[in-house]
Amino acid sequence: MITTNNLSKKYNGVTVLNIEELQIPKGQSFGLVGNNGAGKTTYFSLLLDLIKPTTGSIASNGIVVSESEDWKPFTSAFIDESFLIGYLTPEEYFYFIGELRGQNKADVDATIAKFEDFFHGEILNQKKYLRDLSKGNQKKAGIVAALIGNPEVIILDEPFANLDPTTQIRLKGIIKDLAQKQGVTVLVSSHDLLHVTDVCERIVVLEKGKLVKDLATNQATLKELEAHFAGTHEVSLF
Amino acid sequence: MTIKQFLKLEWKQFFRSSHWQKSIALNILLIFFAIYFMVVFLIMGIAIVPILKDTMPGEDVFKVINNYIFYWVLADLFFRFFFQKLPVMSVKPLLTLNVKRSKVVHYVLGKSATSFFNILPLFATIPCGVMLIRDGYATSLILTWIVALVLISFIINFLNFIIESASAETDFSFLPPILIVGALYGLNYFNIISFTSLLGSAILAISNNALYLLVLVLILVLVYTYNFKILKQKLFLDSSLKSKVQEVNAANLAWTERFGDIAPFMQLDLRLIWRNKRTKSMAFLMIIGLLYGLFFYPQPMYRDMVWLFPFIGIFVTGIFLISFGQFIPAWDSGYYKLLMSQNIKYEQYLRSKFVLMSLSVVIIFVLSIPYVYFGWKILAAHFAAAIYNIGVNSHVMLYGGSFNRKKIDLNQRAAFNYQGTGAVQWIIGIPLMIVPVIIFSILNWLVSFEVGLAVLIIMGITGLALHKKLMNHITAKYLHSKHIMINAFSQDS
Repeated sequence: MITTNNLSKKYNGVTVLNIEELQIPKGQSFGLVGNNGAGKTTYFSLLLDLIKPTTGSIASNGIVVSESEDWKPFTSAFIDESFLIGYLTPEEYFYFIGELRGQNKADVDATIAKFEDFFHGEILNQKKYLRDLSKGNQKKAGIVAALIGNPEVIILDEPFANLDPTTQIRLKGIIKDLAQKQGVTVLVSSHDLLHVTDVCERIVVLEKGKLVKDLATNQATLKELEAHFAGTHEVSLF
Repeated sequence: MTIKQFLKLEWKQFFRSSHWQKSIALNILLIFFAIYFMVVFLIMGIAIVPILKDTMPGEDVFKVINNYIFYWVLADLFFRFFFQKLPVMSVKPLLTLNVKRSKVVHYVLGKSATSFFNILPLFATIPCGVMLIRDGYATSLILTWIVALVLISFIINFLNFIIESASAETDFSFLPPILIVGALYGLNYFNIISFTSLLGSAILAISNNALYLLVLVLILVLVYTYNFKILKQKLFLDSSLKSKVQEVNAANLAWTERFGDIAPFMQLDLRLIWRNKRTKSMAFLMIIGLLYGLFFYPQPMYRDMVWLFPFIGIFVTGIFLISFGQFIPAWDSGYYKLLMSQNIKYEQYLRSKFVLMSLSVVIIFVLSIPYVYFGWKILAAHFAAAIYNIGVNSHVMLYGGSFNRKKIDLNQRAAFNYQGTGAVQWIIGIPLMIVPVIIFSILNWLVSFEVGLAVLIIMGITGLALHKKLMNHITAKYLHSKHIMINAFSQDS
């Protein structure tokens, strides 16, 4: 589904991302972890053609994203709050996104209805603009908007940050469901190792722009990741 | 935190922002304007004494000048409101640091005192004072007089911010100053309260007795303290830094559906305009713009200046086009990444803006039809101007937008930023108005009024006929600078 080839991004001569090869098959739930500055957001931005690669390319479904815009109909993303339109209500925002993705109001309503417990009664019918919602609620609206219109690729940057525990658990359910039952390719980045290991079938560790680990998730993965980030290969710290 | 540190912060803010080169170009233009005004004031200061002696022989020149001070105060107040803004500072990061709130406020207020508006009058008052001394007035008298005027200048400076902060609470932010200035002028004009002689004799009294300067100092302290008080209140997160929760006003925008595929963008734009303070006051500006012609047309002296008609026509019918158009696509800068990763066609996005601007021109033109009362020529000129605006200026605006690199933060209400616009906004509109006026004037002079207008109309229709081609070209330009814009829009200030 997503093929990365020789991809690199440099800012003023400093390489912030350098991935020689990375294949993400369709329907995989893919996790990206790494410390600050590891290149997670840079990779997602390149995938969405928000920044230009210095070398190489990413192809999504065979379409090179920096050359054609045909990847847009089947891709959606929520990177940060700048993906929200502050002066709209959540409903208006969902309808707007829906219209851009060729969905009518009824389609959008049907999609949103599935997430009522995720919203926890704090998003819909609040008569509030998105800019007046709390950070966590803004995030919920943004994540759900990224699910509108049956996208085949969904990109979520740090989806668990700022969310309350209940919502985190519900979001994990949603992501698992998307990948396992609906065949959607979900790309998630996180600092929370527990959450990614819970949700993702495959976890890639980035370090200073380089791919250093590529793991298929199993029982030992969490320990292995913790050991990696603790800077030691001794598993027991007690 | 010392003043030096404050200045350092601002220096860095200015030179490290992504648009500073653009602001430098504008700053150079502003400097030209500043020099122009300085020269004008200088000439005025030197010339006023001899002129008054010629026109009003036998009168006490000093007294006559003092009687005009009232008008200076009014004009100063008026222009400051529209062009002078409190220096903007991002204060939020400072709040939790070891800086006293009062120090931040003192700094901002103190900085405003160095404004060009406070320096400009000196270019008139000092040479005028020298001329008066040469004329035999006592040096001490004139010196006191100059000091008094400087103090008055500062009082107006701080009074203006009080008015601005009060008017910022209302939707019609520009109404209070117009009402205040208009009321004062009216009271004076109809001799209900003669401010001219009142203020004149007050200043005369102060000049004669320097002790009275203390009264002005007292007033200055009062307005300063009041400013200090209101600004300090705004330095809390729950007042102006955090936006107030607004009740939603949802209007039925179903009528936009008839515009087909651009409907979602039009709805977005209409909501953008209606739900944000800055854009909203811009929409109300249309009403003021509509009345702009009334400043000129009723006066016989302007009747024969035909070149003025298309100028006012362009301004009146294009006021929304100019004020909205020049910030395309920066209005959407806050969520530009979203638009760029969504399934949209750039052409649709731009066409929606074009339709909106054209609609505004048509609506304002229809509303301006009553100007026909002042003669058919005016209506004809407005019609030609409207066509020109739709066909030429709208495309110019869209094209210019592809060079836009400055983010507009609709959500943020910067602590001291009342309106978000300053002098710069008006400068950009000048070529849009000057070019058609020059074309018209030349043809009007060489051939005739009708031909002049006809050429403007033909230019407009040509633009409309080439609309598709122009839009393709403009779209390509936007696509070309997509990544640069995303990068610029994701930077703060």
